[in-house]
Amino acid sequence: MRNILFYTALLCTLMVQAQDKLSGKVLDENSQPLPGASLYWLNTNVSASTEADGTFEIPYKTEYKKLLVSYIGYTTDTLTVESPDFISHSLKPSQGSKLDNVVIDKTRKSLKRTSASAANVVNMSSGELLKAACCNIAESFETNPSIDVNFSDALTGNRQIKMLGLTSPYLLISEENIPSVRGASQAYGLSFIPGTWVESIQITKGAGPVINGYESISGQINYELLKPAMDIPFFLNAYGSQGGRFELNTHFNKKLNDHWSSSLFVHGNTRVSKNDMNDDGFLDNPLAKQINVMNRWQYNNAETGWISFINLRYMRDEKQTGEVDFDPDTDKFTTNHWGAEINTDKLDISTKLGYVFPDMPYQSIGWQTSFNWHNQESYFGFNQYDIDQKSFYSNLIFNSILSNTLNKFSTGLNVTYDNYGEFVNTIDHSRIDNSVGAFFEYTYDNTRNFSLVAGGRFDYHNRLGAFLTPRMHLKYNPWDKATVRASFGRGKRAANIFAENQSLFGSSRVMSILNSGGKVYGLDPEIAWNYGLSFVQGFPLFNRNAEFVVDFYRTDFQNQAVVDLYASPQQVLFYNLDGKSYANSLQVELNYEITRHFNIRTAYKYYDIQTDYLSGAQDKPLQAKHRFFTNLAYETHIAEGGKQWKFDFTYNWMGKQRLPYTGSNPVEYQMGDYAPAFSLMNAQITRTFSSVFEVYVGGENIGNYRQNKAIVGADDPFGQYFDTSIVYAPVFGQMYYAGLRFKIK
Amino acid sequence: MKNILLVVLVTLFGLTAQAQDKEVKKSKNAKYEVAVNGNCDMCKKRIEKAAFSVKGVKSAEWHADHQDLHIIMDENKSSIDDVCKAVAKAGHDTELVKATEEDFNKLHTCCMYDRME
Repeated sequence: MRNILFYTALLCTLMVQAQDKLSGKVLDENSQPLPGASLYWLNTNVSASTEADGTFEIPYKTEYKKLLVSYIGYTTDTLTVESPDFISHSLKPSQGSKLDNVVIDKTRKSLKRTSASAANVVNMSSGELLKAACCNIAESFETNPSIDVNFSDALTGNRQIKMLGLTSPYLLISEENIPSVRGASQAYGLSFIPGTWVESIQITKGAGPVINGYESISGQINYELLKPAMDIPFFLNAYGSQGGRFELNTHFNKKLNDHWSSSLFVHGNTRVSKNDMNDDGFLDNPLAKQINVMNRWQYNNAETGWISFINLRYMRDEKQTGEVDFDPDTDKFTTNHWGAEINTDKLDISTKLGYVFPDMPYQSIGWQTSFNWHNQESYFGFNQYDIDQKSFYSNLIFNSILSNTLNKFSTGLNVTYDNYGEFVNTIDHSRIDNSVGAFFEYTYDNTRNFSLVAGGRFDYHNRLGAFLTPRMHLKYNPWDKATVRASFGRGKRAANIFAENQSLFGSSRVMSILNSGGKVYGLDPEIAWNYGLSFVQGFPLFNRNAEFVVDFYRTDFQNQAVVDLYASPQQVLFYNLDGKSYANSLQVELNYEITRHFNIRTAYKYYDIQTDYLSGAQDKPLQAKHRFFTNLAYETHIAEGGKQWKFDFTYNWMGKQRLPYTGSNPVEYQMGDYAPAFSLMNAQITRTFSSVFEVYVGGENIGNYRQNKAIVGADDPFGQYFDTSIVYAPVFGQMYYAGLRFKIK
Repeated sequence: MKNILLVVLVTLFGLTAQAQDKEVKKSKNAKYEVAVNGNCDMCKKRIEKAAFSVKGVKSAEWHADHQDLHIIMDENKSSIDDVCKAVAKAGHDTELVKATEEDFNKLHTCCMYDRME
């Protein structure tokens, strides 16, 4: 559904792109036409003046963004033009003594709560993504309060994202609405998507739409890649950081003709130097190499209503970590030194085909297919873990209306096939999963203050059985600038317990599955209901916009593949939930525009996540109950030639976190019950020299907070107390980076 | 034999074409752009709501900057005149039907657009 909306939007933009003139009207303070006012595009020779009735026409190109409007005796205005829509603009008389130009430009918020949508959706634009310059989308959520970024283990430095207190496997992560990070790629998948490829990210809290599947439980994250038809001919981004990490992104784009365009994205990253800031003999970050190439094709034909995308991608990622002195050639599978290697190959092919009925713009058909191959070969000390996943996904969607556009619906079919070849040490866990499903989603919008999305799907899955997935969203605007949203929905999934908990391989823990009757590793499928309520109120404060947001979500598990780290520090147990398991999350947000171009976002988050373990009800480990977040963003006005400064600062405070049980270890190998509270600060400065060149410098963890004992039993990695998975804070201290971006428009 | 087939085909074709002709007159997805006066977002909601209240209207979008209403409707059910009447009844002047003074005066103060004489 959103897909098709997007196609339609794209089609519209394309149609207007074809239009090479911008027209509009210039008025005076009394809304009377101003004849003879002059207009010109900033940094060009393209100009025009208004007719007797105040109207004008001026040549337009998408590169033209700033339109200056002037008239003698009136203040010159600069308008930011995003699309060649008709412009009606009023000039104000300049105040006699003050002859300074007043520049008016509307800046779009980079993080925007979508007010039209019935679901609780936050859109992160590319501007927001640039606030965390590095490097892949796992790292791009630092400035977003809805998503918590955690550190998954002391070995790989991998970041794990959480929403509503639940880890990413409970989210549906999709690339242009095709599920992308799932199954084998769950642990590292987000780090395989370079940030510069991404155009925007949509974050849906709570039960999402049914169109993309039944797997999402706590929310959905969809990312849109850059569209070849809208892309610039050349883009270069180079990044380097302390600790020897380098990244290089190059994009090439070519518009072949009116209908076809193509982009080639090439990404490479590497970490070459060995760092051991905490002197525990282990690398703080893995040595890494990645090459990631994507070729994207787009076909558009506004007249016939056809649109298509074809993506081809290949990625190879290599990581080596463990003891500083570990050398794979001589030490692999020996007790000389402890080490690990994780090598991943990934191949993706996806196509989309969309058709919008030319005389019925509200009716469309979309068809998506994707084939993915993901192959990970890895070992952690003596633990060997190999997983190979071949997936096929296809989705056919039909969108139309019931009597009028206030009543829309989407319906369709989808098919998934996953062939896993999975080996944990020598045990073969290979399996084939497949499912077919049909969905129907109805959207009602009275265009004034109420909308509703009610959807359901029926699926048949060879391991999960036949089941219904109902989901519903309501939105109501009780008064001005206020929005109330409510949602509920059900999700069901097969937990890939090893792929999702890979960080536990970096320990001497023995893994045991206590059940054997189920169809997924002997376990039953996970089933959960999610309920949410949210309230947004916008209000003026000292003549500036402020926004207050409060939302509460509850996830109730009917069954869960419980990961028990409380039984013993030498064990990890997997078993079916017996009793209760829930996640409550409360978020209170206050956002304010302090002065123009200076915004503050603050959020307080409370999480209550409890599961009935064999040893009794306990908080989920490595989850802070209280968190506080604030982000300050300031940018200067865009000066002549596009010169600009941007400043960004993020502060995160995390309360104490429950730790996995280590009480039975000898004292030197104990971690205690709780991790201390701590705070983290990130900052970034960007200097734009022109509209095609900018540089940035930044720092992460400026306060230099480090977990003092990151690895339990680091002195004896082949002993029974060794554990690298208990990580609650950064292992690497403060880190500074710099980079540049260059464009050819 | 061949000829008979040809004749039958031609006649059938002619008939269907004729039948189509009749239907073209009353399109199920007729598109109109009519001038409608208004000011703000409140007007937009009111205008679109009025348009949707007419049977057969499938899509209604009012653009403040162009002062026009884009309609897609099934003409078998009602006509563009009906839409203009409904919008005028809500207080907004249209290309075809003007609002009465009484209906205009019922508008919210911020919606009191400049009326063309």
